[in-house]
Amino acid sequence: MEFAELIKTPRVDGVVLHRPFMPTVEGTLCLTGHHLILSSRQDNTEELWLLHANIDSTEKRFVGSLGTIIVKCKDLRVIQLDIPGMEECLNIASSIEALSTLDSVSLMYPFFYRPLFEVIEDGWQLFVPEEAFKDLESMTDEWRLSEVNKDFSVCPSYPSLLTVPKDIDDESLCKAASFRHGGRFPVLSYYHKKNGMVMMRAAQPLTGTNGRRCKEDEKLINATLCAGKRGYIIDTRTIAVAQQAKARGGGFEQEANYPQWRRIHKAIERSNVLQESLIKLVEACNDQSHSMDRWLSKLEASNWQSNVKEILTTACLAAQCIDREGASVLVHGTEGTDSTLQVTSLAQIILDPACRTIRGFEALIEREWLQAGHPFHQRCAQSAYSNGKPRSEAPVFLLFLDCVWQILRQFPCSFQFNENFLIMLFEHAYASQFSTFLGNSVAERVKLLLSQKTVSLWSWVNRPQELERFLNPLYEPNNLVIWPSVAPQSLLLWEGVFLRWNRSTKCLDEAYQEMAHIIEYNKELQNKVNSLRRQLAQLETEDSPLQTP
Amino acid sequence: MEHIRTPKVEQVKLLDRFSNKSVIGTLHLTATHLIFILHHHIASVEKLSLTTSGCPLLIQCRNFRLVHFVIPRERDCHDIYSSLLRLLRPVSYDELYAFSYNPKQNDQQREEGWQLIDLAAEFERMGVPCDQWQLTDVNREYKVCETYPRDLYVPITASKPIIVGSSRFRSKGRFPVLTYFYQEKKAAVCRCSQPLSGFSARCLEDEHMLQAISKANHNSRYVYVMDTRPKVERHELNALANRAAGKGYENEDNYSNIRFQFVGIENIHVMRGSLQKLLEVVGTRSLSMTDYLVGLENSGWLRHIKAIMDAAIFLAKAVTVEGASVLVHCSDGWDRTAQVCALGSLLMDPYYRTIKGFMVLIEKDWISFGHKFADRCDQLDPDPKEVSPIFTQFLECVWQLTEQFPQAFEFSEWFLIQIHEHVHSCQFGNFLGNSQRQREVLQLKERTYSLWAHLLSEKQNYLNPVYSPSFAESHPVLEPSTQACHFKFWRNMYHQYDRSMHPRQSILKQVLTFKESNRELEGTVQALKTKLQKFGVSTSPLKPQTPPRERSLPPRPQSLILGAPLLKRTVEGSSATENGYGELTGSFGSKNEPAVVTLEFGVARMTC
Repeated sequence: MEFAELIKTPRVDGVVLHRPFMPTVEGTLCLTGHHLILSSRQDNTEELWLLHANIDSTEKRFVGSLGTIIVKCKDLRVIQLDIPGMEECLNIASSIEALSTLDSVSLMYPFFYRPLFEVIEDGWQLFVPEEAFKDLESMTDEWRLSEVNKDFSVCPSYPSLLTVPKDIDDESLCKAASFRHGGRFPVLSYYHKKNGMVMMRAAQPLTGTNGRRCKEDEKLINATLCAGKRGYIIDTRTIAVAQQAKARGGGFEQEANYPQWRRIHKAIERSNVLQESLIKLVEACNDQSHSMDRWLSKLEASNWQSNVKEILTTACLAAQCIDREGASVLVHGTEGTDSTLQVTSLAQIILDPACRTIRGFEALIEREWLQAGHPFHQRCAQSAYSNGKPRSEAPVFLLFLDCVWQILRQFPCSFQFNENFLIMLFEHAYASQFSTFLGNSVAERVKLLLSQKTVSLWSWVNRPQELERFLNPLYEPNNLVIWPSVAPQSLLLWEGVFLRWNRSTKCLDEAYQEMAHIIEYNKELQNKVNSLRRQLAQLETEDSPLQTP
Repeated sequence: MEHIRTPKVEQVKLLDRFSNKSVIGTLHLTATHLIFILHHHIASVEKLSLTTSGCPLLIQCRNFRLVHFVIPRERDCHDIYSSLLRLLRPVSYDELYAFSYNPKQNDQQREEGWQLIDLAAEFERMGVPCDQWQLTDVNREYKVCETYPRDLYVPITASKPIIVGSSRFRSKGRFPVLTYFYQEKKAAVCRCSQPLSGFSARCLEDEHMLQAISKANHNSRYVYVMDTRPKVERHELNALANRAAGKGYENEDNYSNIRFQFVGIENIHVMRGSLQKLLEVVGTRSLSMTDYLVGLENSGWLRHIKAIMDAAIFLAKAVTVEGASVLVHCSDGWDRTAQVCALGSLLMDPYYRTIKGFMVLIEKDWISFGHKFADRCDQLDPDPKEVSPIFTQFLECVWQLTEQFPQAFEFSEWFLIQIHEHVHSCQFGNFLGNSQRQREVLQLKERTYSLWAHLLSEKQNYLNPVYSPSFAESHPVLEPSTQACHFKFWRNMYHQYDRSMHPRQSILKQVLTFKESNRELEGTVQALKTKLQKFGVSTSPLKPQTPPRERSLPPRPQSLILGAPLLKRTVEGSSATENGYGELTGSFGSKNEPAVVTLEFGVARMTC
């Protein structure tokens, strides 16, 4: 298909762009296959360069022959374009509509994007399961890397290599897979070096109404327990929801069949509920005419902060079981691709200092989200302004990032990255020139030949020039487990994302710069003192023979 | 001492408010302190019914601290309880801590402390007296208005008869006087109390007074009169009883060149109830997000904060943009009026955003103009209906501004919290009593110490490390956003002592440390260079990236009230049990955490 077919009017002059907290700009609007570009004619600079994929929804209005298109983006920005001429406006609007809702993945921009930088370190090769397993091997020999899923037939949403208990053979894995939703049998998520406890994740067991059991599944998870020890199963659903799942063939682990495990139910919402929560929150944040009462009640009604609290609390609980109770943990919800991953990845941030570095955090996202089969393509197809009937969109990953931000706020010196890094990940998960977040699983990405045809986000982010923006000047490596407070008074609205476009951040940005500057200056002074000391010491040793004849 | 029956009880358990943690220690009772907690801080004491572990004693403090003791023997508990009840109700000013507090300073130091703030110099700084405004001696003997200071500034055309006539027409004699002068536009901020218009009464002198204010400003043809009371309250003023009592508002027909502006800030009773509701909500254990947000909304607290901010912004805009003078009043002109005038001035004048300037502002709009600190803060033999968190709200508004403009203020939030602490501690003389006159009668300057000197001596604890003096040049007038979503709950104020709720690492503390380290390193670099020069090595001069300090500051004192937030809150890691993620209690038996709060130190001070 040619994009040109979809672009009836590629260029319109005299378009006025309105953006919050920025002066209006008049210029020429150009549509390309992947971008909406507005350049002001005066100095020929591009004032706006917007990926069609970033457009969540559009609205058009007419006053006489002056048309207005309101463009609502997935990064939550809302801009307005005044377009002279009704026909031009209609053409532009329908082109944007068509280009921003292309169904085929292979037409997405990452397949057309050619980097203007030299790829020094290929992001596709950075985080391979073999490397992670080498680290594990240096700590314990209880685990092996199984190739049972090498053609993705046992579990289509799992990667080809999986870490499983050493004593469980592939045949047992296949049987356990048939007992778990989507074939997602229990696999290792995290090994806690401090006490050798582990966190595993899976999907719900398919017990159904007649209480089916699977000896291999039981054996598999029992293999992770030390003799005489018990473990915890954290089911991210309430007991009521888990009960209902039985009727649809799902269910939960029965005490009788898993006597060494204690089950705890939490109440993390399902994805469609989360999507509604996001829509309501953004609506509340964008309405500037609210009285205080209305704002607080709409914030409450959105339930967003409650979701943050619940997810974070569950993650803390998992971490507490591992670190404080010295017990192993199995986490699952229904499919094991959403709330499960929120919990396992956040627990690792709490427990493992490595996850608080930039590389470590990237590795965590690779391991616990991309390779673990979070369906990014489905979940991030639409954002808060989608007005169509929701299919499987949900801000699962955004909620995870929000929770990370909450921990970052409480431990501002323990993370190598800053808030900008999290916001950048949010943006690229929804629309990007890079293909890291394309597809729903490793299998899909392999099929799309992403690593050959497209550029990884990590190839770009990890360049020193880019990284600079994302470094936290306050960072001091902290090897402790960090326990965040989950009291509602301690959890804040993530302004950097949700209020980003309805306030001027100039004053806050400048204050941040000043803080970074103070710390930078400190390093300079340290170096200066050290070099002067060296110089002095040298002179003194040169002088000393003369002084003591 | 005769009120203390049991000065010491051992094996007392101190329970944490939000978790199941507790520590055991000894409770001491002295004339001014219950170990660590100053009596004046205590808002209420509650004796709960006996439990198996002992008799609980619940103490609620004015700095929003809640202390829960468990005392093994009921008799001890009762003794402590009844002693406290008596100690918390001082019957005369002499019993207040300020009169026994002695920081080991001589008389000269004490005097110097009181001379730090000079309001005459402050008016001079604003450019008053000038060709349109003069100092009047009409209240030299407090004869015209008891609750005003002696020195008052009025328009030059306001003669004595006009002033006296106007004062008789205003509640408590609080006639319109100058509180802030915006030199650039020659616009004035004046304050007064409500007119006693009652049954359609008018007062020509008062009308003249407003004329005089109007004439003093050539930049604007009109004067704004801001009535800060909400419409409902104004409607009530139309009620017979109120009008019989003479209360009222300006009849627009009688005043020329006036623009009336109504802003709805609620009265002291509503504010008191609002804070009470807020504290109830945030004091709940295992609070859910829904209950928190619903409770925050129902308390109305942030709505009131926004109302005050909106009013101050209106004031600042009228003065700085329109160049109009503004007269602000409420009922008596010492609560809402003080909030709006002080906050409005702070928006307009960068000086008030410095440490010294903020002290001056409080001294001017709050202390000298007679905000009734004794009544509002429940210092002495209180009438519960007079208590209200009016000043707390002002501090909170300033905090909201510091959040929006992190570089605009020389001080950090700990300065605000410390001032709040001492408004209630009665340790210093500044806030005692209800008016300047009363303070003179109490001879506070001779018998007590000034808080400002104390705060200045600890200045480095209150500095905002990212403060930029040049910010004032680019933003002489602050224009905050008043969108509801930009107002936040002030956790560090209302949960100052609830350690588990705070960030475990403080950016503020970190950056302050870096700044101090930078200063030391600059010194070291200089010293090393001097040494190198002796060897005949010339070194390039160090380019200071931050302006050098005028003088070095004294070392940071260790025994700080704010030692808690500044020093202790860097504890990393902390414990999981303290946060109560729940559901694991007793399952496999969690290990005991070491006690975090030690009760042994800080006896001389009021907090642990």
